[in-house]
Amino acid sequence: MILIDLLQALLLLAGVGFFFVGTLGILRFPDVYTRIHALTKADNLGLGLIVFGLLLGADSIPVALKLLLVWGLALLASATAGYLVARAARRRGLRPWKARNWGNG
Amino acid sequence: MTWLLETVALLLLLTLALGLIRIWRGPTIADRMLAAQLFGTTGVGLLLVLAELQQMPALRDVALVLALLAVMAVLAFVARVWRREPEDGTEEDPPT
Repeated sequence: MILIDLLQALLLLAGVGFFFVGTLGILRFPDVYTRIHALTKADNLGLGLIVFGLLLGADSIPVALKLLLVWGLALLASATAGYLVARAARRRGLRPWKARNWGNG
Repeated sequence: MTWLLETVALLLLLTLALGLIRIWRGPTIADRMLAAQLFGTTGVGLLLVLAELQQMPALRDVALVLALLAVMAVLAFVARVWRREPEDGTEEDPPT
């Protein structure tokens, strides 16, 4: 029984860790494209690990299925949203950030 | 067990607060939109944890709806607000 709690703790903390990394990535990265990268990282992995952590504690099958459904929806959502924003940015002529010209903020 | 869920909920709130910095500082509106998307996902994670913490199964449905609505916001933004840049380069105000 202890092992499950330990595994649950590990998964939940890893999920929060990825959320933190994703948020930090959004703050630190220089332009829109790289921020989308960080954002989808936080979405998929962070939420996925949290859902797996909660899955261990789920008391019935429907609850577990609902958790997976939420995660699946979040996966689809962040993938399409990230792609759409990137395409819109590209269409507006937003050039990706290059290491040479620092000022392209 | 509950202390774990409480710390996880607290840390998620912390990441939400960090996301605010990006909203305040984001040069382009796309960055603010990304931060809004991040809020949606962090909110979903937080709701799922709270559903477990307070034994309220209704919160999982709220998380489901929030996950959907967060996407709608980004879709509306991309489709309506951020159209193709007009030739003269001025910020095209959204079509009324």
